[in-house]
Parts: sequence; structure tokens; C-alpha cells
Amino acid sequence: MAIEVRIPTILRTYTDGAKQVEGTGSTLGELFSDLEQRHGGLQDRLIEGGGLRRFVNVYLNDEDVRFLDGLDTPVKDGDTVTVLPAVAGGAR
Amino acid sequence: MIVLTIPRELYDKIVAHARQDHPDEACGVLAGPAGTDRPERFIAMTNAERSPTFYRFDSGEQFRVWQDMDDNGEEPVVIYHSHTATEAYPSRTDISYASEPEAHYVLVSTRDSEATEFRSYRILDGVVTEEPVTVAE
Repeated sequence: MAIEVRIPTILRTYTDGAKQVEGTGSTLGELFSDLEQRHGGLQDRLIEGGGLRRFVNVYLNDEDVRFLDGLDTPVKDGDTVTVLPAVAGGAR
Repeated sequence: MIVLTIPRELYDKIVAHARQDHPDEACGVLAGPAGTDRPERFIAMTNAERSPTFYRFDSGEQFRVWQDMDDNGEEPVVIYHSHTATEAYPSRTDISYASEPEAHYVLVSTRDSEATEFRSYRILDGVVTEEPVTVAE
């Protein structure tokens, strides 16, 4: 068993085109470090200055981790983590 | 050449949504079967910023909508938002946050109370390419 991580189109260059990958860890931050071992460069697209990048949404199962514990959110085998780029912009 | 072909009904819904939320920016998605480039389903999204100069999809709503599209074999064919005081051209902010390489980015301007500007772009790696819009009656 592992944690399933769903990768959005724009980040699949880091996963050889894979739509989902698997990793391990006891927190989201550890999971991302584990993924980085096999998918170099991915972590930098998710994390900035020790926190989640502002325009990346990460969900544990169906909950935005910003409303949980961010990178410290506990994760366990069988969980699904989904990464979606925030859709944002505006006139200014 | 790349064009966006959009059914009249969906075009009208986007314009109506932009007018309704004016002077705040309105935003949403047209979903279509993956790989077809055919927008078929209109989904108005909540602008979590409720701002006249910025928009951001509500993250929880985005998750559910993206999940539904995935379950239906759909993808976001069009991502639209409005500019309410400036032209329908991607701003620097729009370009830096554009994150769906396959999507048509539709910009609607409601700065004129009568005439609505409706334009479409590809935004890829910081490069904006405008494309013609054909409305299918």
C-alpha cells in the first residue's frame, strides 16, 4: 500500500507523463520529499519557502490541505492526494 | 490554424454571467469530451476573491468540478473570466497563472455597458496566442 498522488497535466513533465504516481511518508511534506527522489523537480513546483506554493491547490482525499495542516498534514497508506493548479488571474 | 468553435448557447451564457457579476470579475469553465476540443457543458464558478480586478476559483468547488470532469471523461476546454474595466486581453497576472496548456482562455470585457468583447487565447509558457472565435448557431 502507498499514497496515491494525482498529477495535473502541467506537472506531468516531471512524472514522464504519468497521471498518477505513488509515494510514502507520514506527512504531506515527507510524501513530497519521497516523490522528489523519483520525480526530480516536482517538489520545487509545489513548495516555496517551506510552505505550499500560493497558486497550487493540494487536496488530501477531498479536503484542501490549507484547511488542514498544510505540509504537516498527516497522510497514510490508502490516502489520495490530488494536486491542481489554482485557476486565477485578473485585470491587474 | 487554431480556432475556438463555441455553440451560441454557451457563448450567451458566458456573456450573461459576466454581465450579471459586473463590476466583479466572473469566471468559469466549459467542459467537453477529452481530446475533442468541443465545449459542451457550461459551469459557472464562484470567484472566491469577489473582486473587480482579480479572480480565483474557489478551491473546494474546483476540486469537485475537476473530479466530475474526470469521471465524465471530460476536460476543461474553455476557461473564461471577465475584465470589467479593461480590454479582453490577458493581463500579466493572467499569463503568469495560466496553468492549463490545452485550454482556450476566453476573456470577456464588460467595460462597455452595451457591446461585449469576447476573445480567446492560448497561453503556454508565458506566450499568448490569440485565436479566432467562431460561434456555431
